[in-house]
Amino acid sequence: MVELASWLASLPFSQALRKLNWLVPWLQIIHILANGLILAAVVMIDMRIWGISRSQSSIAMARRFQSWIWAALAVLTASGILLILYAPRRLLTDPTFQAKMVVMGIAIAATVALQLVLSGPEMSQGQPGRRPQLAGMLATLTLALWVGVTLAGRGRWLTLMIMR
Amino acid sequence: MLSLKELMGWIESTDVAMLISQSRGWFPALEMIHVTATTFVFGMITIVDLRLIGVLPRGSAVSDLYRDVIPLTWAAFMVAAITGGFLFMSQAVAYSTNFAFRMKFAMLALVALNMLAFRRFVYPGIAKGDHDAPLPFAARLAGAISLAGWIAVVSCARWIAYLMI
Repeated sequence: MVELASWLASLPFSQALRKLNWLVPWLQIIHILANGLILAAVVMIDMRIWGISRSQSSIAMARRFQSWIWAALAVLTASGILLILYAPRRLLTDPTFQAKMVVMGIAIAATVALQLVLSGPEMSQGQPGRRPQLAGMLATLTLALWVGVTLAGRGRWLTLMIMR
Repeated sequence: MLSLKELMGWIESTDVAMLISQSRGWFPALEMIHVTATTFVFGMITIVDLRLIGVLPRGSAVSDLYRDVIPLTWAAFMVAAITGGFLFMSQAVAYSTNFAFRMKFAMLALVALNMLAFRRFVYPGIAKGDHDAPLPFAARLAGAISLAGWIAVVSCARWIAYLMI
């Protein structure tokens, strides 16, 4: 990981990026906003599956939230990659950051699973699938994972506390 | 009469403020929760804003979406406000003179006024209305102001740390 960080840091693009100091806060803002859209979209889909949504009738709405997740994830990834290239050594070697990447991988897998549940024929009648409890748990898990990813985004202090 | 700076100095010297500013863990832990709660608030508000502007499919009544979104959003906002209050206390003098911090609260005041005006004058007319009818200009304007205002709140908030010494 240290070698990868060094190699990334040595890339001309990465070096050019470091000269654009003013870009970093803007990238962070975009990163945070995209993260918020993912959290909100997951909650809106979850409310449908938990059965506590009032706007259940709108399948179009739920479909829209699914596409939001992937659009926001694209923005999140693009801004995230630029932020990594800006400071590869600090981020890639940070255990909190590494944990965040792992949790995000699981969160994306859970989101795909949730999407399959939602696109099942049962959901069209406003009812979760054959095993509603399983779907409900998957919905909760997906949300918890994405909240975890968001928390980890401001979690570098944990590394500093542990490494003290 | 206590000056603003004296008041802020006193806030900073309280036991709670000292606990947060002197420890290694309290400030970043509170900040982590504050940022996450704020991030969530932004995302949820954006859903309502985009419905008002007309980007989201109409399909369901504004009042149904409102009742889905608003309770959770207020809960998260309260978490952000409480953690934010503690963060502020720990460095009250520096924050109260921080330009980005002041702008953030100006923007929060803007979105609050916008929300009050929307609830008072626009919402009653559209809440129960025809699901598929286009919303009036006032509703779309309120949504646009809210969306722009919240993006500004988050942007200013991120900028606070860059203006701290």
